[in-house]
Amino acid sequence: MGTPEDRDVAPDDPALDYAALDGNAIGGLLIEVFGTEMTTATGICGSCGAVSQVAELAVYQPGLGTVVRCRSCDAVLMTFVRIHDVTCVDLQGLASLAE
Amino acid sequence: MEGTAVRGRLTWQTATVGSVTDETPKVRTLVLEVPDWPGHRAGQHVDIRLTADDGYQAERAYSIASAPGEPLALTVERLDDGEVSPYLTEDVQPGDQLEVRGPIGGYFVWEPAFGGPLLLMAGGSGVVPLRSILRRRSSAGSAVPVRMLYSSRSLEDVIYRSELDGLRDAEVIHALTRSQPPGWTGYARRVDAQMLAEVAWPADSKPLAYVCGPTSFVEAVAAGLVGLGYPAVRVRTERFGATGQ
Repeated sequence: MGTPEDRDVAPDDPALDYAALDGNAIGGLLIEVFGTEMTTATGICGSCGAVSQVAELAVYQPGLGTVVRCRSCDAVLMTFVRIHDVTCVDLQGLASLAE
Repeated sequence: MEGTAVRGRLTWQTATVGSVTDETPKVRTLVLEVPDWPGHRAGQHVDIRLTADDGYQAERAYSIASAPGEPLALTVERLDDGEVSPYLTEDVQPGDQLEVRGPIGGYFVWEPAFGGPLLLMAGGSGVVPLRSILRRRSSAGSAVPVRMLYSSRSLEDVIYRSELDGLRDAEVIHALTRSQPPGWTGYARRVDAQMLAEVAWPADSKPLAYVCGPTSFVEAVAAGLVGLGYPAVRVRTERFGATGQ
């Protein structure tokens, strides 16, 4: 995803995933699923206990759907897959999600 | 989840392109007319959906470039390998229609009541929602101090350049990372800890920071501001992903 010269910052972490978005990018999907604005909701990771606003979680959008990961431990927190007009939602990675 | 979630007001609407303006060789602003547009908050975005003749659909999120109260405007950067941006920046003409839903977002928003001092950190097209914030601040007559650090590859890539140059009560500091015009005395490198230390409001002034741009830019700047003593809750971030180069 680009050469070092294309980046706007001096890189110091080669493992950084430059393709990752954050919860802001799926704001519309979250309103669709939950019926309300969710980027300011607080999620607690079921694996490591990290507390985070949804807007700050790591979001990956592979061809099949959307995966939301904990920024502290990379555990999958939420998965959204759309099949025809149905969105399948898996929230099992979260210990809690609250507005 | 049982049953059907209660739907908010977020439905797909048909928007008509009112005007297009080329900001830079790769960046274009589209003004959209949306019937019953409910208005928006500075920093929010909309989702755009395109449907091909064969039914294939592509959705993308674009930050709103205009301030609340102004017509809905989106500023889009053409990504060479993009699926949607080449269409929006090269093909779309006034009168064309797009599907739009929004406004979306409750985290990366600013209102005068939030106060400051404001530190706006823009990487490339990350300047778009920050420009909405600047316009909101101006139209509200807010006296909140604001400083922007805007990183671009070259002067030709600076979006809204004359508008930013014309701001009299806001300081905009440019970093040109790849090439600089003759006689350039400003920053000529990528954002780093030293630059942040020179530009950022001191932490004890209790600033509010908004960081937007490519993921690598946002990660480094946000970490750098926290390192300067900014509480993490006072550093709002919006990642645009890889630069697509």
